[in-house]
Amino acid sequence: MSLVFSWGWLPLLGKGALVTFELTVLSISIGLFLGILLSLGRVYGNKPVYLLSSFYVQVFRGTPLLTQLFILYFGLPSVGIMLPPFLAAVIGMGLNSGAYQAEYFRGSIQTIRGGQMVAARALGMSQWQAIKYIILPQALRLAIPSWSNELIYLLKYSSIAYMIQVPELMFEGRVIASQTFRTFEVFLVVALMYLAVVIVLSQLLGALERRFKIPGLGRSGRILT
Amino acid sequence: MFQVLKQKEMDLKGFDMSNNIILRVEDLHKVYGALEVLKGVTFSLSKGESKVIIGPSGTGKSTLLRCINRLTQPSSGRVWLDDVEVTDHKANINQIRASIGMVFQDFNLFSHLQILDNVRIGPMKVKGMSKEEATKLAMEELANVGLADKVKAYPAELSGGQQQRASIARALAMNPKLILFDEPTSALDPELIGEVLTVMINLAKDGMTMLVVSHEMGFARSVADEIIFLENGVILEEGPPNQLFLHPKHNRTAEFLHKITELYGETVK
Amino acid sequence: MGLLNLIWSSFPALLRGTVVTLELTLAFLSLGLIIGISLALSRVYGGQVLAKLASGFEQIFRGIPALVLLFLFYFGAAEFGINLSVVTAAILAMGLRSSAYQSQIFRGAIQSISSGQMMAARALGMNLYKAARYIILPQALRFSIAPWSNEYAGVLKDTSLCYAIGVVELMRQGRYIVARTFGHSLLIYILIAVIYFILVYIGLKGLRLLEIRLHVPGFETKRNGLERI
Repeated sequence: MSLVFSWGWLPLLGKGALVTFELTVLSISIGLFLGILLSLGRVYGNKPVYLLSSFYVQVFRGTPLLTQLFILYFGLPSVGIMLPPFLAAVIGMGLNSGAYQAEYFRGSIQTIRGGQMVAARALGMSQWQAIKYIILPQALRLAIPSWSNELIYLLKYSSIAYMIQVPELMFEGRVIASQTFRTFEVFLVVALMYLAVVIVLSQLLGALERRFKIPGLGRSGRILT
Repeated sequence: MFQVLKQKEMDLKGFDMSNNIILRVEDLHKVYGALEVLKGVTFSLSKGESKVIIGPSGTGKSTLLRCINRLTQPSSGRVWLDDVEVTDHKANINQIRASIGMVFQDFNLFSHLQILDNVRIGPMKVKGMSKEEATKLAMEELANVGLADKVKAYPAELSGGQQQRASIARALAMNPKLILFDEPTSALDPELIGEVLTVMINLAKDGMTMLVVSHEMGFARSVADEIIFLENGVILEEGPPNQLFLHPKHNRTAEFLHKITELYGETVK
Repeated sequence: MGLLNLIWSSFPALLRGTVVTLELTLAFLSLGLIIGISLALSRVYGGQVLAKLASGFEQIFRGIPALVLLFLFYFGAAEFGINLSVVTAAILAMGLRSSAYQSQIFRGAIQSISSGQMMAARALGMNLYKAARYIILPQALRFSIAPWSNEYAGVLKDTSLCYAIGVVELMRQGRYIVARTFGHSLLIYILIAVIYFILVYIGLKGLRLLEIRLHVPGFETKRNGLERI
């Protein structure tokens, strides 16, 4: 046996990589928005808000992303809701990532000393102002290391969208494989593309983390790819 | 127990110590990068002898102890335990270490093991002793250091003094030819130092061969046969405590002894 | 067909799928545990070459998506003329992948143990192997239970990906039921989600109990529950 590669695969794989990129960026953004809301709900919310956001986080962390995507893409049509693949994937991954990001933010909010909130309220800020101007700017910085992890995770897990027909990198790899019968070689290339992006991204995020580090605020986290 | 100790002490006096050398250290050097910590240290230890190493901090005392059982690899020079060359790379270092006890400044009891297990794990796993035998031995050693009622405790549940006594029992359970003590009381609160020194003094009287890095002059004066004054990686002076205290050859020795006696006092009279 | 009836009739298939999912989880975690510990020990105590190799291995298996690894092992074996069943391919891909993550957990735990423990063990005459086995690992593994439970949940959920190469686990059983009973896909997939949730929950509870049971004074571990599960 001998391995056969072709430059001809690259345009299609590039197209797929672009979709992977879009998928990751959109879902991490939805997750960021949702995660901040959920974390605030879990730290500062009243009982119903707390319970509701905790339930959300537990459910989405406690079940596989694939199952969540299947519910959206294959399940909803049985009650008359049809989502196009890409939209289903973005919604599914966004909702899923929101649950994880909520936990990162909650953790970092809780590591900020209670004195910060007290001092802000003593200045006459409302709770919302205190959260917005004092707590969140610190908490978000502290969460950068785990948030970077989440971004890399999401990038890798976006390959699951292939299973609901989203034409991302994995999907295009499958297309090429079925035309060339070079399945192993194609996925070797796909693997290397992911690996390269993951390694570059973790270096970049590590640099970002050092850049935004404020003396005395938290300790430098480490990035796990 | 003390009766027995006295008896053994008297027996010991019958020995001619010079012919019973257990440990020989010859021209030991240790270099870390550009820094030469030990610059040719030579001394020996006879059976039943206790020697105390003193000296300013950073002068290589702990390094010297660790070079003896090769926890630190000496850069050059030789160490013999009886007729076995420790520094010989073909020597079975684990077997040699099993016969050299070591007591650390911060005890280093195995945190996940109860005191009894801490003491018997060496005999069982290194010497292959049966569990029953090791347990019996460990119980005896723990009783000797006054910890018979703590065998089921975990290290974190003991005071520093108790932990250090347990670690001495751990060393003793290996039936070592000599024990190295690396500042055994430095990490202890002053009121806990006495109980550890008492155990060590009894050991010395019992005829254990001991090499002790310590600034506790109480121990040095009451049982040490010799004090070794180490400074800047060399032995500046060596001799019986009285000689060093009363007739030191070097001014530095007198100065240093004066300073530490003032600083540490004498816990055991 | 009534809904209750549907659930009742799907029960045997879902149970079979659940059993396979649990078997896969056990296999992935076990392989990951053995290799993960070896990798961690290599990285901490191995020579420079061994440590580099282990770290390269980890980077590769953590950097490639699980789905891609499954495809590589499944189709790769065929390419090299090795006849692997889908389950074997899945165990290799996902077990090795888990080992890369578990190694991180164990390495962190080993490095958090004070160096005096190793020194005292070596001073007693233990060789490196005995010191690791009797002194370092029993402590490191205790520290690892909390982060390891995240790995358990992650691996359990990722068994669903084996669906893609044709392993008949819980998701695929669900797909079969959906194909048989047209029109109830939402219910079936929600049912499956509930099963996963229960399995994750029970496992985490069990590990928490294990952690309490193995608790030793002086081993107050911090659990922050922040790792991605």
